[in-house]
Amino acid sequence: MSRIVGIDLGTTNSLIAYMDHGAPRVIPGRGGRTLVPSVVAMTDNGLIVGDPAKEYLVRDPARTIYSVKRFMGKSLEDVAEELKYFPYRLHEQGGVIRMQIGEKSYSPPQISAMILKELKLRAEAHLGEEIRRVVITVPAYFNDSQRQATKDAGMIAGLDVLRIINEPTAASLAYGLEKRTQGIIAVYDLGGGTFDISILKLKDGIFEVLATNGNTHLGGDDFDRRVADQVLTEIRSRRGVDLTGSPDSLQAVRLEAERVKIRLSDELKTTAVIELPDGKGAHRVEVTRDQLESWTGDLVEDTLGPCRLALKDAGLDPAEIDEVVLVGGATRMPLVRQRVQELFGKVPHSELNPDEVVALGAAVQADILSGSTKDLLLLDVTPLSLGIETMGGVMSPVIRRNTTIPASAKEMFTTYVDGQTSVDIHVLQGERELAKDNRSLARFQLKLPPLPAGVPRIEVTFLLDANGILNVTAHDVRTGLSQTVAVKPSYGLSDEEVERMIRESFKFAAEDLKARQLIEARTEADAILHATEKALRFGGHLIGAEETARIHAALAALQRAKAGEDHRAIRAKITEVEQVTHHLAEVLMDSSLKEALQHKKLSELP
Amino acid sequence: MDQTGKTSAGRTELQMARSMCWHCQSEINGEYFCEKCVKVQPLSKELDYFTCFGLPRHLKIDLLALEAKFYELSRAFHPDFYQNTSESEQSISLGNAALLNTAYHTLRDPIQRAEYLLHLEAGSAKDIRTAPPADLFEEILELQENLEEFRSLSPDAEPDKHARLRARLEAERENLERRQQAMDGNLNELFLRWDILQARADATKALTPSKQAVLKDMRDLLSHRTYLRNILDDLVTTLEAGKGHETHESHRRH
Repeated sequence: MSRIVGIDLGTTNSLIAYMDHGAPRVIPGRGGRTLVPSVVAMTDNGLIVGDPAKEYLVRDPARTIYSVKRFMGKSLEDVAEELKYFPYRLHEQGGVIRMQIGEKSYSPPQISAMILKELKLRAEAHLGEEIRRVVITVPAYFNDSQRQATKDAGMIAGLDVLRIINEPTAASLAYGLEKRTQGIIAVYDLGGGTFDISILKLKDGIFEVLATNGNTHLGGDDFDRRVADQVLTEIRSRRGVDLTGSPDSLQAVRLEAERVKIRLSDELKTTAVIELPDGKGAHRVEVTRDQLESWTGDLVEDTLGPCRLALKDAGLDPAEIDEVVLVGGATRMPLVRQRVQELFGKVPHSELNPDEVVALGAAVQADILSGSTKDLLLLDVTPLSLGIETMGGVMSPVIRRNTTIPASAKEMFTTYVDGQTSVDIHVLQGERELAKDNRSLARFQLKLPPLPAGVPRIEVTFLLDANGILNVTAHDVRTGLSQTVAVKPSYGLSDEEVERMIRESFKFAAEDLKARQLIEARTEADAILHATEKALRFGGHLIGAEETARIHAALAALQRAKAGEDHRAIRAKITEVEQVTHHLAEVLMDSSLKEALQHKKLSELP
Repeated sequence: MDQTGKTSAGRTELQMARSMCWHCQSEINGEYFCEKCVKVQPLSKELDYFTCFGLPRHLKIDLLALEAKFYELSRAFHPDFYQNTSESEQSISLGNAALLNTAYHTLRDPIQRAEYLLHLEAGSAKDIRTAPPADLFEEILELQENLEEFRSLSPDAEPDKHARLRARLEAERENLERRQQAMDGNLNELFLRWDILQARADATKALTPSKQAVLKDMRDLLSHRTYLRNILDDLVTTLEAGKGHETHESHRRH
């Protein structure tokens, strides 16, 4: 049997991990970095993913997609409020969001599939074998549509998704394996775009989830937005410049806000530097940790409500939690740690890298599925109640939230009118009393023989499988015949669409290693051409004419190489440009720009 | 696969859907794996939850033993361990695990356990209505009125009245919580009485008049308890929302 690997498909970063002689290990890329930024850019050179794509966030915001996970399994209406934060254009088609990139539009699962392919290639290069079978993690609080969309993404990427597992549960697997923990643990997982709390009992290798809660629209991104909004307001009032109309400036502010937030986890104050357009120079804003905490304190509080609900559902007091584990990059913020500690009354654990622990756990689950261990078993729950709409628009639960999955429930249906030949069934997910306040999952129609009212008896089985995904079957109790049920998802791709996307995906040039290397080299060449031209504009007067000419010659050579098909030739010319601009970079560093450019290499100039 | 080793021969607590292995057609003796071809066998759809765990129909349950059995059966049936098997085996594992999980969740909770037993012994549990206890009727009517008024009151406009009403509702909450505890005590007694009758009458499965009486009392008590529980949930939610603690969603309990 081929190897199974684990994937953490994150809002901000994604990772892929495997089991290496009994220990989970994250697979690094060429540069040694384990994180692949969940960013996809459509460049003139082709499609790029990860670190190289990240550079395009500012250079070409309209064609560079980030945080796609926030759109998985969603309708446009669901995300209407936050659209203003995104520079790309979205529309909806058949209940699925489409993201416009240049001429073409893509569904969120297609974009996610591009990230998955990047991870697949990374693993294949590292392990030297083809990877097809994977475990992918999702936030515990993901509903059926979001899980299905993640599975679709895997299929589009040409992967066999053996299991969808919950991120906090995955983290507990990695943690429990490492620490040999027994007892009750709470996993507090604040990621880039989602928040989960899961409470588990660890006993003799069984990881039983007792309760889970969360918010699939609350994460590190929201903290960045708060900081960015403050910076934008400050620039408007101090400098009279409104950046909200300029997507690339907005993107630059967002990225700087993220860096400020990260720095403030270690420092008490830091400076945000924003370059203003039209040569207005750089604007500098000092931000203190106190300020950050006053802007975002309510977001931290918003995570505590779900924690209390999860404790209540598990029937536990905070004092009964033996250990608290932090997961997700956003848990590095001191305020988060402090509030979590206050709630549970104990110092939370963060020994394992909060960025990697979910991927490590996915690798452990992959190992369990491969059959190589029977010592560990994960018993997870469904985060949301599953129900059907009954008379008067009321939601009638059939499987309660926090029920261990797989779970099934049977409901009997009959007719109200003589000769009625069908019954419409509307499946919902959520905790609200009224059907309309819950998430519509699917609709389907039961076929009935024309009989007097109340005589037909159709038994419908709702089954949540181990992925937390719904399957529906029906059978006629009178005749014993089974009925196939064509469930139409309310939000999500149809099977035909997924199939079409699988076919289309093979057309992406990135599939081919050589094409991919060429795209990457060209992209890097673009970045360095861009940066050098900018450096010449800023500091051309500081160097001699002969040096300027040498640089121009090197740039021209790189341009020619870029037009060719040989990625090695392009890389060679990139190195040459780097050599001849070395002195220019130093001069620039020494000049008045030094401060504004501190800690930056020439190639990192915006 | 070594699960067969764990299931000692001769145990007959599990009813199988068929007495014959679906795969090799050899005879099955109430085990969940065929002795001959080691394939997992589907649990019968008619299997009741008590039998599933090898328990008599008693209402006092050793929760630790129940959990241990749940873990043991989970290790036997969970789909994780059937990834590399045939589609039929995967489907059986899925069905068995789903049944097992439902059974465990039902039996673990004393209220659900009692409702399930009522359903088994005396027909549908859906007959359990929510009815107010007769002696509490007046009190509950008054409470409903106070709740309505409290919700419509603005704490800023009439702070004194708001505080007075809150104090009254808090007192009522304590009162009802005590009442619920008393009901739980009564329920516990009924559980014990049922178990004694069951143990005595183990030979006969018949529903004796004394058993029927216990079941009736239990049904009434459960319907009162559900009613009280709903009122209390409403009360607690209102009081806590008033404090500024937002509760994200309404949550129902038994």
